[in-house]
Amino acid sequence: MCLAVPMEVTEINDFRGIARMGGVSRDVNLMLVPDVKVGDYVIIHAGSAISILSEQEAKKTLDLLGEIGMDSE
Amino acid sequence: MKYMTEFRDGEIAEKIAGAIKKQSRKKIRVMEFCGGHTISLLKYGIPDLLPDTIEMVSGPGCPVCVTSRGEIDTAIQLTENPDVILASFGDMIRVPGTSESLRQAKAKGADIRIVYSPDDAVKIADENRGKDVIFFAVGFETTAPVTASSIKLAEAMGVDNYFVLSAHKTTPGILGALLAEEVRLDGFICPGHVTAITGTAMYKPLTDACKPCVVSGFEPLDIMSSILSVVQQVEKNVATTEINYRRVVSSSGNPTAQKIMGEVFSPVDAVWRGIGVIPNSGLKPDGAYKRFDACAKFGLKITTDEKETRGCICDKILRGLKKPVDCKLFNTVCAPEEPVGACMVSDEGTCSIYYRFGKEGREVAAR
Ligand code: SF4
Repeated sequence: MCLAVPMEVTEINDFRGIARMGGVSRDVNLMLVPDVKVGDYVIIHAGSAISILSEQEAKKTLDLLGEIGMDSE
Repeated sequence: MKYMTEFRDGEIAEKIAGAIKKQSRKKIRVMEFCGGHTISLLKYGIPDLLPDTIEMVSGPGCPVCVTSRGEIDTAIQLTENPDVILASFGDMIRVPGTSESLRQAKAKGADIRIVYSPDDAVKIADENRGKDVIFFAVGFETTAPVTASSIKLAEAMGVDNYFVLSAHKTTPGILGALLAEEVRLDGFICPGHVTAITGTAMYKPLTDACKPCVVSGFEPLDIMSSILSVVQQVEKNVATTEINYRRVVSSSGNPTAQKIMGEVFSPVDAVWRGIGVIPNSGLKPDGAYKRFDACAKFGLKITTDEKETRGCICDKILRGLKKPVDCKLFNTVCAPEEPVGACMVSDEGTCSIYYRFGKEGREVAAR
């Protein structure tokens, strides 16, 4: 039940909205992420968005992961 | 960017494994205490990629597994009232209480509904105004603010027949309990989504005790690189809290979630299954939101009787002292279809994960 997944927010109505992953869309509660915008990815847990994903940070991490590989060669 | 597949690249995983092998000298035991991490570890076969110097140990981070018998008994007791509808997450209903599970109570006629989110329980309350609808709330800091926001939602909607039986547990108390265990742990892979809410300050007692803490995401590359970070810290003899999941987690956490939790809940002592009472490690609706507390409304007190079923060693598994294969009942008497202990019930329970994904489980199954 604690499993949480990234989903893309496609619609916002006050503190509720719709988020989708693959072909699946669902109603979500956005009360915990007041700064969310349409197009943001959020982590959905038990029907609520608990955190907004940062694309910039994701890219930085992927770059770093690539470098770890190079170090060990 | 989909934030999933990018972090599953097999080639990079092998390179990280190479770096771990090269850099790991000291023999260490690393605890991942989130059930979500245990699933990824075993599902992607990560232990097979690690050198003999590293032993991964699962911890108490399965919310269903640490829910005490007393809490389940209290939930069942509430359903004996014909005007009560109990709403629960699906995997809670199979967990054995002292004499029965919620599923058995449901079979006898108790009105128990399975919900995906606490907001669904508010909706049931709105549609059944003549009944008292109680949400059986379990989970750590990832779930607690979601429950708190459902209470705010009920208040805003004027739904006054919604109540919460809170079995929520909080992380700081359990960290202290783990440090006090006799078992040696050299570092921690810390739960990404809990930390997204709480921030990293709570790990200070661990780093003060020289245990590196690395907050990790749940994809295989996240976990591999987090293990590498623990190794690097151990080899350098340092212990700090690192966030290796920056796309989701900031050091200060989610301030809105913290605020809502603080407004709705007060800390209480809580019983952790297999571990016992940990002071101030639970949450109950309080202050302006006290009227939402099911225990207060129905005059109930959660009991603390904590006897495990004979032979089940869930208590030791939750504390990192034993592994599922050490249990004689594992895959002989106890399996996910007929679980004996809580660790075999939930998808995030250590025994269930080892049964489904672990080579130990497969070996036992092949016997
Ligand atoms: S295998 Fe079953 S009986 Fe044994 S510890 Fe796990 S849950 Fe308990």
